[in-house]
Amino acid sequence: MIWNAFLLALRELRRNKMRSFLTMLGIIIGVAAVITLVTLGGGATKQVTEQIAGLGSNMLMVNPGKHMGPGQSSGAAPFKLADAEALERDIASLVAVAPTASSSATAINANENWSTSVTGSSEAYFAVNNRAVKAGRIFSAGEVRAGTAVCVIGETVRAKLFGGGDPIGARIRLNKLSCQVIGLLEPKGQSTMGTDQDDLVVLPLRTFQRRIAGNTDVNMIQVTVRDGADTAKVEREIARLLRVRRHLSSNEEDNFDVMDMKEIASMLSGTTKMMTSLLGAVAAVSLLVGGIGIMNIMLVSVTERTREIGTRLAIGALEWEVLMQFLVESVVISSFGGLLGIALAIAASVALAQVLMVPFVFNTSIIAVSFVFSAAVGVVFGYFPARKAARLDPIEALRHE
Amino acid sequence: MNDAVTDQPALIELAGVTKIYGTGSAEMKALRGVDLCIRQGEFVAVMGPSGSGKSTSMNILGCLDTPTGGSYRFMGVEVGDLTRDQRALLRRNYLGFVFQGFNLLKRTSALENVELPLIYRGDFLSERRRRASEALAQVGLAGWEHHTPGELSGGQQQRVAIARAMVADPVVLLADEPTGNLDSERSVEIMGLLTAINRDKGVTVIMVTHEPDMAAYAKRVIRFRDGLIETDGHHEGGAT
Repeated sequence: MIWNAFLLALRELRRNKMRSFLTMLGIIIGVAAVITLVTLGGGATKQVTEQIAGLGSNMLMVNPGKHMGPGQSSGAAPFKLADAEALERDIASLVAVAPTASSSATAINANENWSTSVTGSSEAYFAVNNRAVKAGRIFSAGEVRAGTAVCVIGETVRAKLFGGGDPIGARIRLNKLSCQVIGLLEPKGQSTMGTDQDDLVVLPLRTFQRRIAGNTDVNMIQVTVRDGADTAKVEREIARLLRVRRHLSSNEEDNFDVMDMKEIASMLSGTTKMMTSLLGAVAAVSLLVGGIGIMNIMLVSVTERTREIGTRLAIGALEWEVLMQFLVESVVISSFGGLLGIALAIAASVALAQVLMVPFVFNTSIIAVSFVFSAAVGVVFGYFPARKAARLDPIEALRHE
Repeated sequence: MNDAVTDQPALIELAGVTKIYGTGSAEMKALRGVDLCIRQGEFVAVMGPSGSGKSTSMNILGCLDTPTGGSYRFMGVEVGDLTRDQRALLRRNYLGFVFQGFNLLKRTSALENVELPLIYRGDFLSERRRRASEALAQVGLAGWEHHTPGELSGGQQQRVAIARAMVADPVVLLADEPTGNLDSERSVEIMGLLTAINRDKGVTVIMVTHEPDMAAYAKRVIRFRDGLIETDGHHEGGAT
């Protein structure tokens, strides 16, 4: 009998193709919106989560100046190498300390040149930033002390300067410095802020200071806090030490900033997740509106087909059979709309993921949930009209014009 | 034939049936105590002016409505005691309906229209198709299976409706002014069909009509007036 109701419903929908499609449209748009938004949001969240993992565990960034974001100073005096050494010596909870100084420079190999970001740091840089080499090696502590002219390059720089070739052992020029490429970093892709993390050259701090910057400044100190240590407490210890070293009296504000990158990143990922849920909820409302559309059309349809219902009742249709017919009809509309919505959503998410440059993450559960929800919408909003049809008085219904 | 009919057991028995619509001052007595007995194989015409109670009694006979008072026994069963769904099953298994306005499903082929009662009965597709085609052939519409009502003339539509009423082999065929929307030529065709159904299959036919010409086909004519049966008489064999 269910099968028969299904057949009758299909027959009815076929009889009213245009109307069926328009009724479905509400559900199609609702389902497509929910899935697309949740999928894109999921992609964005995944991207942020990967960034957090890529940041290295427990990394803090210490910048001169106040609240200017990573790598920027507000005119406050830069750090010196001694500040970094003091942190490493005096704060027990730090595993690694990487003083860094950066500027942009043009890298040249034979006829190829590429403007990139050059960073001078210690060997600790790689551990703190969670970067590994894909080929070659990183520079040693000895090379850092000696200020040897060696460098480790990112994948983008390799591609621009060497094309398909092997860069290890080659010499490249950075402004006036000629240095030997000893390592190639494992690619990391784009950062949350959209910068290319593979477009860089890393060399020993002393080499950078002497041969490129021409000063002894350290623009930023990156540190790794030991696992299990209280990050907030370490932040306070760093601040206390630096205040002393920078001769700040108790009524002066900090002229440096300690940032917990992980905190920022997880805040960012939390925001992304919340946005996803909010957008999904808004889209779910549109599904509900689609459901009301179904109810509307079903009520019209019941009124319009009153005589038909009367005929069916006279022929001997039971109350539940008529109820079933209309209920199945609305469920077929809504779940078919759901299927079309899913197809539309997948196409839209793939396209939009490319445009918005977020990874496309196929989310099976949201697709299943949306489909079940769209079918449920059909049951809920189809029930009232179906009951109305089933309870019609056959005599009245047969007389209906 | 008349003698044979009177030997049959009573199929339909009305005893003191009343039907009252509304309550209090708006009360309207549609039937005021109707006694009636119809036997298997009869062909009965029900006549009377509008408001006389003939439609109300047809609704009660067709188990679409229940009497307010009195007893209606169909095949020995007290219909007033049945639930709505039990009456639906009774209609499904023993009654066939033909309406003045045909009441075919729009944009649905003749075959699918005729299949409808079989779908409710739960017949399988092949069985449904076979029986529906047969029923259509019996009303002279072989070859018209895939035409929709919009593509058929009034007479053809009524024949589809008769096929639909007959496809599940009912015991009683109830026809409510079956020729009311047809010209005289088509009316004669339809009456011919009803007569044949009554004569060849032994199906009891109860038909409401305004037209004495049509009533003349029946073997028995019942006239209603003011909620009561005014006359109830047998023809001499009816017209052919």
